[in-house]
Amino acid sequence: MGMTMTQKILAAHAGLETVKAGQLINARLDLVLGNDITTPVAINEFKKAGFKQVFDKDRIAIVLDHFVPNKDIKAAEQSKSCREFACCHKVSHFYDVGRMGIEHALLPEQGVVTAGDCIIGADSHTCTYGALGAFSTGVGSTDMAAGMATGTAWFKVPSAVKFNLTGRLPKGCSGKDVILTIIGRIGVDGALYKSMEFTGEGVCALTMDDRFCICNMAVEAGAKNGIFPVDEITLKYLEGRSGREPVVYHGDIDAEYDEVIDVDLNSIVPVVACPHLPENTHPACKLSHIKIDQVVIGSCTNGRMEDMEAAYDILKGKRVADGVRCIIIPATMQIYRECIEKGYVTAFIDAGAVVSTPTCGPCLGGYMGILAAGERCVATTNRNFVGRMGHVDSEVYLASPYTAAASAITGYITEYKED
Amino acid sequence: MNTQGKVFKYPDNVDTDVIIPARYLNTPDAKELALHCMEDIDESFVNKVKAGDVIVAGWNFGCGSSREHAPLVIKTCGTGCVIAKSFARIFYRNAINIGLPILECEEAAEEIKADEQVHVDFDTGMIRNITTGKTYKAQPFPDFIQNIIKAGGLLKALKEGEADD
Repeated sequence: MGMTMTQKILAAHAGLETVKAGQLINARLDLVLGNDITTPVAINEFKKAGFKQVFDKDRIAIVLDHFVPNKDIKAAEQSKSCREFACCHKVSHFYDVGRMGIEHALLPEQGVVTAGDCIIGADSHTCTYGALGAFSTGVGSTDMAAGMATGTAWFKVPSAVKFNLTGRLPKGCSGKDVILTIIGRIGVDGALYKSMEFTGEGVCALTMDDRFCICNMAVEAGAKNGIFPVDEITLKYLEGRSGREPVVYHGDIDAEYDEVIDVDLNSIVPVVACPHLPENTHPACKLSHIKIDQVVIGSCTNGRMEDMEAAYDILKGKRVADGVRCIIIPATMQIYRECIEKGYVTAFIDAGAVVSTPTCGPCLGGYMGILAAGERCVATTNRNFVGRMGHVDSEVYLASPYTAAASAITGYITEYKED
Repeated sequence: MNTQGKVFKYPDNVDTDVIIPARYLNTPDAKELALHCMEDIDESFVNKVKAGDVIVAGWNFGCGSSREHAPLVIKTCGTGCVIAKSFARIFYRNAINIGLPILECEEAAEEIKADEQVHVDFDTGMIRNITTGKTYKAQPFPDFIQNIIKAGGLLKALKEGEADD
């Protein structure tokens, strides 16, 4: 029996010819990642266990992104502990304010992750890098500490669900609509412990930003990882960017899958995940009666350049509805700069939106856009759990940048239609 | 390893945001964090929970963020064990890595009710509902994971491994 793409990467990193689903392995890591919330806990565990050295200073990434620029004194202390640890161990991929970005947009952009990698990150959306053809999964702080010390991690080899993509997305739909539609179909534990492998002729019609977005939310279906095959689009993205040589793996033709699900991209429509689970999806056009108080466009899911372009195309020359706060957060400093250079920031401000420097801030109810009781937000973020963006009686509606920007103008959930 | 106590019952898909809201994640201090355990799903939990008590929940317990703070606050509050129909994978891994006893048992999670008294033998996976007298057998862990738990968590297991080499 053949192996899936994920299984092949894991086998190679465990030094094994083959692996099969359910097998426990110890795998070599190409990168260990943490952020300003999870790294302080990892540092404590690292020290408590008596470790003195990191396995490789060039294979650890620490990104301050959740509560920076520091939202309060305690957050400042957490950033400081990360900064001191990074300095003490000469961690080469340490990203502080001015250089940072939201980790899952930043590390691909900076070429820190590449095809064929085996990566763990103390952040659940670490699964994003599967878009580059890497095995990449979220873990906790103790795993991060162990990874930093040993350069290895234990894994149970996952089985896989194959998503056979065909066709191409209609205009006004994006990767966000694809992944929300899939989660709506299979549920928030529909791929629990498994790989979500996206294949088929439809892959070539998806941009890198679409693929990052789709893999980013694999965890919202309970998956261990999401992964795309490496094609011309991937290689073009990696060219001149990747710090290490990409390694291309292919799933075997006779690989075994728990399930094969066909996804016709032509039939995708703009969807919104209503409170309080990402699986609670409905066509955006059916929700036009829902009045909103806030829009957030950003996050590791949708803070990339194409997302900013979608927001710009819709907001330029228009006005954000009275009574709506529209918060736009480019995910990295490079994207932020490009938004300034292209005039997007001016257009956003003229439309009545605010533009923040990169931060995870509102997505997890940290700061920079917290909701009061009874308030509703359309957000391009990834979770709409109870209290996720503020008060337990507030509501988050997950949507694409097209839907979010269109909703900002009307003040109601609105499907984007070209003028 | 055993625990005995009162049951706190929760539904499917209890996420890490309600277990420990992100607004409190500006400190890594377990005791300070634990003051807010389960706050957004059950405000009274921290005042009611006693050492050894048991959380019983439905499918996909601990879904959402990778924050290890979630199993950590549950453990720090004195909770003796979490029984669920299933666990989200990062929560499952984190619980093992930090030494919070968890058991998957669909039947027990379905039948055991709030405020009942249960006894859990973590080594054998036997769950006894003292209130009703019924017993349940949870899925045992593989040896590899048992060894991490017996060592008292992943890092202690790694250190023991170093000493063996």
